[in-house]
Amino acid sequence: MSDPDLDRIRTALAGGLNPLVLELENESALHAGHAGASSRPDGGITHLRVRAVSAAFAGKSRVERHRIVNAFLAGEIAQGLHALAIEAKAPGE
Amino acid sequence: MSIREFIDREVKGNDVVVFMKGTPQFPMCGFSGQVVQILDHVGVPFKGINVLESDELRQGIKDYASWPTIPQIYVKGEFLGGCDIVREMFQAGELIPLFEEKGIAVRDRAIG
Repeated sequence: MSDPDLDRIRTALAGGLNPLVLELENESALHAGHAGASSRPDGGITHLRVRAVSAAFAGKSRVERHRIVNAFLAGEIAQGLHALAIEAKAPGE
Repeated sequence: MSIREFIDREVKGNDVVVFMKGTPQFPMCGFSGQVVQILDHVGVPFKGINVLESDELRQGIKDYASWPTIPQIYVKGEFLGGCDIVREMFQAGELIPLFEEKGIAVRDRAIG
C-alpha cells in the first residue's frame, strides 16, 4: 500500500543522499495520543524511523550524519514531524 | 533572562544535562526514557530538564543546538546528540570512555 506522506519523504531523502539503502518506517500510529505528542494539521507523519546507507555519511560524525538527514527533512519537521529515529551508515560500515 | 541564556546557563553549569520530555523519574516519551535508562545504567549523575513545562523552552532548546528533536544531551557544555546517538555510543562502548575523558565520574567502570 502506497503512503503518499512516506513517498514524499522518500523522494526528499533519496534525492539528497543518493543512498544505497533507504528504509523508512512510519511509526506515528505507535505514538498517537501520547503525552507531549502533537498531531500534524496536515495529517502527515509525526514519528519516523530512517535507516540509510550513503556515501554522504562517510567520514562524518554521528551528529553530522543526523544533521544531514535533518536538513533534508526540514520541511517535514516544520510541518510537525517531531520524532526522528536515525540509523545512518556509510558504505562498508 | 532570555530562554537562550537560561539554556546556556544550565548547559554550562552542569556536567551532564538532558533536555527531555517529562522528568527522569517520569519520562513522557520513549526516547527520553531510553536516555535516562542508559545514563542510570552507566551511573553518571545528570540533570533532567522537562521541556514540556514551557513551550518557549521546548522551542528554545531546538534553536539552541540547531537540532529539531528532543531529548538532547549535553556533556561539559557540548552537545552530544539525541537518543540514537547516546544509544549507539553506549552500545559501541564509547560512552563511558567519553565521560571519563571529560573527567566525569561513572559509578561502575566495568559496565559497557
